[in-house]
Amino acid sequence: MKFWIGIAIAFGAAVATATFVDFDYFFFASYTVLMFIMLATAWNILGGYAGYVNFGTPAFFGLGAYTAAVLYKAYALPLGVLIAAAMLMSGLLGLFAGLLTLRLRGIFFAIATIALTVIMETVFINWRYAGGATGLQLLRPPPIAPFESYIKMLFVLMAAMALASMALARYIENSWLGRGLRALRDSEEAAECSGVPTLKLKVFACTVSGGLMGACGAPMPMYLSFIEPASTFNLNYAVGALASPMIGGTAHWLGPVIGAFVLASLQQIVTVTISNEMNVLVVGALLVVFVVVAPDGLLGLFKRIFSRK
Amino acid sequence: MTFDLLFEAVLFGILLGGFYAALSMGLSVSFGLLDVPHVAHPAIMVLGSYCTWLLVGLGLDPIVAGVVLMAPFFLLGMAVYRFYYEAFERRGSEAAVRGIAFFFGLALVIEVGLILGFGVDQRMVEAAYIGRSLSLGEIRIPMRTLAVFAVAVVLTLALTVYMSKTFTGRAIKAVAQDEPALRLMGANPVRIKQWAFGIATAVAALAGAMLIIIGPVDPGMDRVYIGRTFAVVVLAGLGSMTGTVAAGLVLGITESIVLIHPGLGASWAPAVSFTLLLIVLGVRPQGLFGR
Repeated sequence: MKFWIGIAIAFGAAVATATFVDFDYFFFASYTVLMFIMLATAWNILGGYAGYVNFGTPAFFGLGAYTAAVLYKAYALPLGVLIAAAMLMSGLLGLFAGLLTLRLRGIFFAIATIALTVIMETVFINWRYAGGATGLQLLRPPPIAPFESYIKMLFVLMAAMALASMALARYIENSWLGRGLRALRDSEEAAECSGVPTLKLKVFACTVSGGLMGACGAPMPMYLSFIEPASTFNLNYAVGALASPMIGGTAHWLGPVIGAFVLASLQQIVTVTISNEMNVLVVGALLVVFVVVAPDGLLGLFKRIFSRK
Repeated sequence: MTFDLLFEAVLFGILLGGFYAALSMGLSVSFGLLDVPHVAHPAIMVLGSYCTWLLVGLGLDPIVAGVVLMAPFFLLGMAVYRFYYEAFERRGSEAAVRGIAFFFGLALVIEVGLILGFGVDQRMVEAAYIGRSLSLGEIRIPMRTLAVFAVAVVLTLALTVYMSKTFTGRAIKAVAQDEPALRLMGANPVRIKQWAFGIATAVAALAGAMLIIIGPVDPGMDRVYIGRTFAVVVLAGLGSMTGTVAAGLVLGITESIVLIHPGLGASWAPAVSFTLLLIVLGVRPQGLFGR
């Protein structure tokens, strides 16, 4: 109950900001932070609960973005339909990738997901209709009432989607699904012997995680009014989605949210004040430090501090 | 596609394949034999390319530079493995996920470190055999590919002999086969693995020299080679040296045919290795020469 009140308050705050604040850059920046929260939450469903590292966030995210862009170009469908279609496509990609490689050890899955990103990027570079390597310009439709500006609408939409993924992640974590995933993370053989359908669970987690990433990518072409392969399949999405849960803590649904919030805000600051390279370096260094020193992330650190008192 | 063109594609594919095999040799040891999820291998290779570039600036031949670099990289590799062992491997399988993330972070740090140190511009080296080519009838083969191919052959032979004939080499194979048994024989698997990882990293330095002989290098190049090197190692069957050569040739020839094919061309070439990798993982995960 407390969780749902929190969700309602967070969503209310997002709507209130959109109503009262009139500063476009704030919404541009916050959209990115929310997007990374959603990506990290989605990543954690497979990476954190099941312990299968996914480097292919850009593949799922980008497939979602391109699905939306192409469908919009062809049929000018409304945003809601685009998101649903993107979720379906990326979910199917997750299902396919999961069935193909989740029987193997985790490292093979990790490499296969790098492969997915490159293959997706190559496909879209070579697909003329989707803009090829130069990209595709999109004309945004007018915002839907009651919103007066498109970016505010996207901000509220992304807030809603991020909160919904948090609720979904929390549901999975606390249900038998999450228990099964945790069991197979600790020992796959033991879990299988105790009757946990390990392969089914892994493929399920991979599909849900991929679908959420796809949904997260769908509004991206609308956000930029533009889409092109190099930035859509950028490694930064993989880094953000992987580093946030590692820094925040992978065991709890709140971990990736905290991690993504800290990391994305820090990135915004470093990119603006120093340089873009420095920003990647900061993330890489933080990632290395956290996986070595604080295996349970920020949440683990908090817990240790409070239990000592 | 005419027969001449196909012949040329296969010829270049073989040269390219030898090069790919040499690049993957280090990974075949670190990932194939030692089971370390070394996704930073291509990044270390690119680091080797930049060190080669620095040494060539001092007047060394790039191949000699690569050989010289093997010593410091051997020590670097031992240090990296020691750290990885203390922080992750020792703590069991639960730490495996974080181990992968660690190497991923390491790759990022190397890549961005190179960007900060050298900028994003491409670097290349000069040597007598770079820029010239050998004419075989109608086909012109660049000397640099031949030089790299020769180094690749020597490297492969040396590693194969080392692994099967020397005491340490056999010990490394033993670690890969059955670590607990080795422990029971009174040997220390960690020290052997550390040694082997040092060798893998030294080989990566030489591979970096080859990389910059073949063409200009930029800091982000490791991303392309993650796919190629892992595709070769997985296709080979983990840890098989002869398999690595065969897999390198398969990848080289396939890529070269795609490159020359009128309907596909250069824009499809990056996907070749990754598609091959996915197919192998899905159909025959133990690879061509798998144990």
